[in-house]
Amino acid sequence: MNDILFMMAFPFIAACLLLVTRGDRARAVIAEVSAAIIIASSVWVAWNYLGEPQAFEFHSETVGLMMFAAEVILGLAVVGLGVRHRKYPAVALGIVQLCMSVYFEFVLKEGIETEHALYIDDLSILMVLIIGVIGSLICVYAVGYMRDFQEYHGGEPDRRPWFFFLLYTFLSAMFGIVLSNDLVWMFFFWEVTTLCSFALIGYTRTDEAVNNSFRQLTFNLVGGICFLAALMVMASEYGRLDMVSLLAGDSGERWLLLIVGLLAVAGMIKAAQMPVHTWLLGAMVAPTPTSALLHSSTMVKAGVFLLLKLSPLMLTDGDPNAIGYMVMSVGGITFLLASMAAISQTNAKRVLAYSTIANLGLIVVCAGIGTPEAVWAGIMLTLFHAVTKSLLFLCVGTAEHHIGSRDIEDMDGLFTRMPKLAIIMIVGIAAMFLAPFGMLISKWAALTSFVDSGYVLTIACLVFGSAVTSFYWTKWMGKLAAVVVRGEECEGTVRPQEWSVFAVLCVLVLLCVIGYPLISEHIAVPWIEGAFGVFHESLVPLLDVENMYLVLIMLVALILIPLPFFGRTKRRVVPNYLSGVGIDNNTYTGSMGATVDVTLRNWYMEDWFGERRIGRIGEAVTLVVIAVAIIAVAGGFA
Amino acid sequence: MSDIEAIILALVYLILAPVAGCVLAGVDRKLSARMQGRRGPPIRQPYYDVRKFMEKEQITSNGVQDFYVACYLLFVIVTGCMFFAGMDLLLVLFTLTLGETFLILAAYCSGSPFSQVGAQRELYVAMAYEPILLLAAIAFYLQTGSFAIGDIASSDGMAVIPLIGVFVAFLYALTMKLRKSPFDLSMSHHAHQDLVRGMTTEFSGRTLAMLEVSHWYENIMLLALVALFFMDGTWVGFAVGLVVAVLAYLLEVYIDNGFARMKWQTALKSGWVVALVLGVGNVIVLLLM
Repeated sequence: MNDILFMMAFPFIAACLLLVTRGDRARAVIAEVSAAIIIASSVWVAWNYLGEPQAFEFHSETVGLMMFAAEVILGLAVVGLGVRHRKYPAVALGIVQLCMSVYFEFVLKEGIETEHALYIDDLSILMVLIIGVIGSLICVYAVGYMRDFQEYHGGEPDRRPWFFFLLYTFLSAMFGIVLSNDLVWMFFFWEVTTLCSFALIGYTRTDEAVNNSFRQLTFNLVGGICFLAALMVMASEYGRLDMVSLLAGDSGERWLLLIVGLLAVAGMIKAAQMPVHTWLLGAMVAPTPTSALLHSSTMVKAGVFLLLKLSPLMLTDGDPNAIGYMVMSVGGITFLLASMAAISQTNAKRVLAYSTIANLGLIVVCAGIGTPEAVWAGIMLTLFHAVTKSLLFLCVGTAEHHIGSRDIEDMDGLFTRMPKLAIIMIVGIAAMFLAPFGMLISKWAALTSFVDSGYVLTIACLVFGSAVTSFYWTKWMGKLAAVVVRGEECEGTVRPQEWSVFAVLCVLVLLCVIGYPLISEHIAVPWIEGAFGVFHESLVPLLDVENMYLVLIMLVALILIPLPFFGRTKRRVVPNYLSGVGIDNNTYTGSMGATVDVTLRNWYMEDWFGERRIGRIGEAVTLVVIAVAIIAVAGGFA
Repeated sequence: MSDIEAIILALVYLILAPVAGCVLAGVDRKLSARMQGRRGPPIRQPYYDVRKFMEKEQITSNGVQDFYVACYLLFVIVTGCMFFAGMDLLLVLFTLTLGETFLILAAYCSGSPFSQVGAQRELYVAMAYEPILLLAAIAFYLQTGSFAIGDIASSDGMAVIPLIGVFVAFLYALTMKLRKSPFDLSMSHHAHQDLVRGMTTEFSGRTLAMLEVSHWYENIMLLALVALFFMDGTWVGFAVGLVVAVLAYLLEVYIDNGFARMKWQTALKSGWVVALVLGVGNVIVLLLM
C-alpha cells in the first residue's frame, strides 16, 4: 500500500517544490524528473496490482480532519474570491456548500467510519496509467510551452511557479479520486480538481479568463453540491460512506437510486455534458497545456470514471432504470449536438473542445446503458480519447506559437510550413475518427451495444452524430494537407521537449491500437467480470480474431505504405489550373489583366449548426431530462 | 461460409469487379447518350479511356496527390474484398470511409480552388448519406442478428421485406454515393454540370486512370449491397438480388439524366429527412417487432 500512498502524495510534493522554484533551468529539471518519477510509479503500481483488486485498511482521524479543514479553507477562499470579482452565484453556491459540508461533518457523518479508505482495481489502474503517463507528458510539454508563453506575455508578472504547482497538484487529486474507497475522501479530491481547474483557467487574469473560470466554478459547485447531497442521503439512509457498499446496493431501492442519480449528475457536470458544456469551452482561454490536461487525462475523465463506476447501478433487473435513461439521453443528445456545433467553429481549440464534449457524451451513454459490452466500449473510449486528444491539443498549441494563430483557416498550407507537425496533426485527427484507430474501433463496439440496448434515441444520435463527426474532422484535415505555399517554413524553433512529447504520444496512439486486445483482456474485461459478475466468453464479440487481425493489418499498412512513396514523385510538377493565366499556385492574372489572389475558406454552415442555436436547444432539452428524472426518483415515481 | 469460400469470393471480386464495373460504366454512357438522343460511344469506351490515360504525359500538381489517390484505390479494393469475403458490415463501411478520406485529401492537397470546392461538396454529400448507410447496417443486424455479411446473406427470408424503408432510403443514398445527378455535386461525368471538373480538376494521366478503376470497383460493391437485401441463402434470392441490383443501376442512370444538379442544402436536408423517416422509422419498427 505504501507504493500507492507514495504515488498519490509525490505529485503534490513536486508541486510544492515547483511553487518555490524561480529559475527556468531548475524548474525544467524538477518538472522533468518528477514527471519521470510519476510515470515510473504509476507503471509500477499498475504492474504490481494488475488483476489483484483489493481494498486497503487505512483509517485516520487526523487525515479526515485535515481534509475537512482544507475544504473549509478552500471554500472560504472561493467565497472571498467570488465577492472580490462580484460573482454572486458562485458566492451563494460556495456558502451553500460550506454549510452543507459543516452539517454533514458534524451531524450526519457522526459514527460512520470507513475502515478501507483506499482501494485499487483494474479500472483504477487504467485511470492511474492515463493520469500518470499522459498527465506527466503534458506537464513536460508545459515546461517548453510556458517559456514561450512567458516570452509572448513579457509584460506580465511571471506566475509560472503557481501554474506548475496547480498542474502537479491536479495529478495528485486525480489519483485520489480514482483510488478512494471512502466517498468523503473522493469528494475532497473531487473538489480539489474543481478548484485547480478554476485557478488554471483563470491563470492569465484577463477579464475573459476570470469570467470563464467563474463559470466553470459555478457549474462544478452545483456538481459538488449534488455529490454532497448524495453523501448526505447515503449517510442518513444507509449509514455507510464507501464505494464498495454503494456498488453492492440494490438499484431497485428508491434512496439508492436517488444517490446514484445525484452522483451521476455530479459526474455529468464534471464531464462537461449539456446543459453545462459551456464551462469546458470557456476553459480554452487558459494556456494550452491546461486545456490538454483538462480534456484528456484529468477533470472530465474524473466525471466519466465515476459514471462508469456507477454503471452497474443504472440497470434494475437487467433493464435501464430512470437514471440509466437520464444518463443515456443526456449523453446521446450531447454527442449529437456538440458534434454539430463543432462544424461551425473555425477556432481549432474550440473544435477540439466540442469534440471532447461529444466523445464524453458517447462514454456517458455507454455508462448509462450499463451492460458489460457498453461499459467495455466506454472504458476503451476513455483510454483512446485521452491519448489522442492530448496529442491534438499539444499540436495546436505548438502550431499557435509558430504561426501565431489557432484558427483552422490560418493552418492552410501548414503542410509546407511545418511539415512534421502537420503530419503528426493529421495522424492525430485520423486517430479520432478513422478506421483502424482505437477511437473508431471503440465507437464500433459502442454502436453495437447501443443497438442491443434498443433505445432508439441513442441509436439515432450516434448515427447522425458520426456523419457529422467525419465532416468536421475531414475538412480540418484537408486544410492541413493542402500543399500551398503561404509563408516560410518555421519548424526549426519548436522546443525539444515538445518534439519528444509528440513522439511519445504518437507511439502511444499506435501502441494503443496494437496493444488493444491486451488492454482489453488484462484490464477492461477482468474489471467488468468483477463489477458485473459475468464471464469472459459472453463479452465483446468484437474481439473476433478475424476482425482484430484485419484492423492490425490495416494499421501496419497505413504505417508502412507511406514510407517509400509519400511525398516522392517522378512526375513533372506543374502549377494548378486557375481559370486565367497562372502566376503561381496562389495568384493568377484574371480578366482585364487584374492580379487575383486565390483564397479559400472552409464552409462552416453557421445558419445550420451555429453554436448559439445548437447550444440553446441542447441546454433546454437536457435540463428538462435531468430535472424530470431526478424529481421522479426523489418523489418515488420511478 | 468457410474460409476457402470467402477467399475465393474475394478473389473473384478482385479480378472480375473491374471488368463488370467497366461494362456497367459503358452501358451507363451508351444509355445516357440514347436518352439524350445521341448515338453514344461503344460499350468498351471506359476501358479505352483508361488505357489512354495511362499513356498521357506524367504531370502532377504536387508530390503527394498520387499517393492519396493510390490509397483510395487500395482501400476501395480492400473494402470490396472484405465485403465479398462476408466480413463485418460496419467494418466494411468504416474502411470505405477511410478510402473516401484519402480521395478527399487528394482533392484538397492540390490547393486548387476548384478541386477544394469539390472536396468540400463531397464532404457535404457524405454527411447526407452516411446516416442511411449506418442505419442500413443496424437494420440488417436487428433483422438477422449479425453484422457479418456472410451471415446476413445466408439468413432465412429476404431481408428486403421487413427492411423496406431502409431499402428505399438506401436507393436514395445510392444516387449520392454513385455521384449521379441531382447529387453529383463534387464531380460529374457530364460535361454540362461542372464549370471545371470538381474534385478531379488537378488529376491527370495515371491518377485519373486509378480513379476510374476505383469507381468500377466501388460501384460493383455498392450494387452488391443492394443485392444483399434480397439474399436468403438460395439461388432464387441470389438471382433476384442480381436482377434488382442491375435494375437499380439503370434506375440511377435514368435519374441521372432526368434531373439537373440540386443545391447542397437539398442534398443534406433530403438525405437526413429520408434517413430519419424511412431509416429510423424502419429501425423503430424492427425494435418493436
